[in-house]
Amino acid sequence: MLMAGVVEMRGVSKRFGTVTALDGLDLTVEQGEVHGFLGPNGAGKSTTLRLLLGLLRADGGSARLLGMDPWRDVAAVHRRLAYVPGDVALWPNLTGGEVIDLLGRLQGGQDPARRARYLALFDLDPTKKARTYSKGNRQKVALVAALATDAELFLLDEPTSGLDPLMEDAFRGCVRELRDQGRTVLLSSHILSEAEALSDRVSIIRAGRVVETGRLEDLRHLTRTSVTADVGTVPTGLDLLPGVHDVVVVNHRVSAQVESSGLAPFMKALTAAGLSSLTSQPPTLEDLFLRHYGAGRPGQERANA
Amino acid sequence: MRETFAGAGTLVRLGLRRERWLLPLWILGFALTTYTTASAGADLYPDTASRVEAANAVNATASLVALFGRIYDPTSLGALSLIKYTAFMAAVLAVLMVFVTVRLTRSEEESGRLELLAGGRLGRQAPLAAALAISFSASVTLGLVTAATLAAGGLPAEGSLAFGLGWAATGMAFSAVAGVAAQLTTSARAAIGMASAVVAVTYALRAVGDLAEPGPSALSWLSPIGWNQQIRAFEGDRWWVLLLPLALCVVLVPAAFLLRAHRDLGAGLRAERPGPAVGALSGVRDLAVRLQDRTLAAWAVAFVIFGVVIGSLASNAAGLLSSANAQDLLRKLGGAQALNDAFLAAEIGIMGVLAAAYGLAAAGHLRSEEASGHTELLLSTATTRTRWGGSHFAAALAGVTVLLLLAGLSIGIGAAATLHDAGQIWRVTLAAVAQAPAAWVVTSLVLAVFGWAPRLASSVWGLLAVFIALGEFGVLWNAPQWLMDLSPFQHSPALPVDAGGVGPLLGLTFVAAVLAAVGFAGWRRRDLAA
Repeated sequence: MLMAGVVEMRGVSKRFGTVTALDGLDLTVEQGEVHGFLGPNGAGKSTTLRLLLGLLRADGGSARLLGMDPWRDVAAVHRRLAYVPGDVALWPNLTGGEVIDLLGRLQGGQDPARRARYLALFDLDPTKKARTYSKGNRQKVALVAALATDAELFLLDEPTSGLDPLMEDAFRGCVRELRDQGRTVLLSSHILSEAEALSDRVSIIRAGRVVETGRLEDLRHLTRTSVTADVGTVPTGLDLLPGVHDVVVVNHRVSAQVESSGLAPFMKALTAAGLSSLTSQPPTLEDLFLRHYGAGRPGQERANA
Repeated sequence: MRETFAGAGTLVRLGLRRERWLLPLWILGFALTTYTTASAGADLYPDTASRVEAANAVNATASLVALFGRIYDPTSLGALSLIKYTAFMAAVLAVLMVFVTVRLTRSEEESGRLELLAGGRLGRQAPLAAALAISFSASVTLGLVTAATLAAGGLPAEGSLAFGLGWAATGMAFSAVAGVAAQLTTSARAAIGMASAVVAVTYALRAVGDLAEPGPSALSWLSPIGWNQQIRAFEGDRWWVLLLPLALCVVLVPAAFLLRAHRDLGAGLRAERPGPAVGALSGVRDLAVRLQDRTLAAWAVAFVIFGVVIGSLASNAAGLLSSANAQDLLRKLGGAQALNDAFLAAEIGIMGVLAAAYGLAAAGHLRSEEASGHTELLLSTATTRTRWGGSHFAAALAGVTVLLLLAGLSIGIGAAATLHDAGQIWRVTLAAVAQAPAAWVVTSLVLAVFGWAPRLASSVWGLLAVFIALGEFGVLWNAPQWLMDLSPFQHSPALPVDAGGVGPLLGLTFVAAVLAAVGFAGWRRRDLAA
């Protein structure tokens, strides 16, 4: 590959005392893409972002950010990126406007027109003292400060936590705009619909390792399609077909979870049995996610999934 | 009524759990230093004649009277041995109780932790009630433990009890002051500042009151710290004086509850006003200054007032010497000038220690900003670690220097006015600024610890306490010279500053620079710690 990714992490590990936070993490974010970084609480998402920001130092592996070393070239790297932390802490006695301008100046300047536009978009009162802001409003301060800069790379750590649905929608519009402008976004989230709506590619992190990465369409092939069909006579041995799981038969109705590879033989069997009606549900990111964490889904065994 | 205090018991348990190390250590520290001083006193002043001589010398020395108060019964061993404990250490105790009370009230509210608890079955007045219960019991425990150790050390049991109860009542009174302050301000820092200012003012009131001839004037009776002295433990044990701090509690505690009943959670006395929509802060240096400018202004006002008062007392110093022995000593020492210098030097030394405390608090922003997550936000911009750390460190060093310059000028102007000698301004200011390098060392110590063990950064307060104790009591305790020399204040030149002071000053500055370099080296290579 000629052009290296905007973010390149290879085998990065990080320990805090006896706790292993990152355990050989690989992550590549390409130029101009919105990359969803998914994982449950404590999987290592924030640790990864903090490593990329040079706030933490990796114990092993290599990390490059915009072609530079995130630990050594802090000022040079940071001039080209903007960051929104997951938990925004502000100085209680400064106003939102003061904080936005301070961060903008430290970043190397922000565009006043964009600042005004995003303040209006997020409906944020910049004259209020930070101590009177709600969690959502603190988040907006950080978002406006980041979006008003002319960064190439945006590192967003669960940026919509605390935002109401209307503001979440505004935020999605902003991310799409960034992509249209050719900027790169690394969006950490545990909200699947958000990542699904915005991301070109996703990486799924579990216990400090990226366990799956790729385009959403590609990843979907790894998951099962939910199929429900009405047939004349239910054929026997459906559950013995390769890639077919959780077969449930009620009268003439068959429902099952089918892997991509098992769809063709399954459909053939159903057609032969006199298929009269068919509904199928495409796999969602949620399925993919649950496959890796196996939480809250009765009857789905995670081992052979 | 029951409902407003619901959950107070649970909060007391939570508070004791959080303070389980700090409070017992402080109580033990107070009791032990008092005990060792009392028992050392018995060796120092074995007979009545030696006590009377020492007591008269103390009463005749304005600087000692201003700092520690008078001895009312020159034959009393307890009063003489514990001269530094009735006002000076009582003020330290008062500040400790201010910290404990505010930590358990306004800090919890400001951080939002109280909101988490308030969702449960928790009465509105429960947090304040629990905090006062803890600080009152800590005060009483501290007083009783001290009384017991003093009696065990051989002092009269009755006087020991009077002394201990005096401390207990003083601690309670200032806990109540802090309880009120915590209702007035929205930030814990401001509440601590406000209540500490009350401690400082009451300490100064009794200093001026005690200096009046022949004994305490009405001003001493306006001060809770003055009350503690007027109990006169070991010299009459006036138990009724204990009623004064208790009466103050009876007034202040309901006032604090009343204030709490009429305000919202998290709110102060004044509603938050909108501020500028556009910021003028151009960088981290501006921010560092902005975060401490109000505190520095308050310290500066206190330093100037203290300085002018001290300076104008300078001419009294010689006049207060009445005994023939003391006059003789004075002549041998070089006349009134030397005595004035000794007085001013002692006061300037105290200003140096106070300035170091300011430097310590200001450099403490390094840690508090990191722990609160503000640093993470700033370091995600193009700001480097060195630049950010340097901004807080430089602001702290500059604050220390400004304070000492102001102290020197105001003492100098006060002294120049009373002694009719304009030359005092220059030499006193020089002597005050010469205290800066020692204060820089303490400030740099914060940076050094912050760089390598950030969570221990506040332990430098403990080191400062050790330095102060070594300076105050080191000789009394027969501490070895090398131990005494560990305190940077030991190396600060006294008035008049001559060429001999240059070496130690350069040495202290060098130590400060090395500590800072060590701190920066650690800070540049470590992880950010929450």
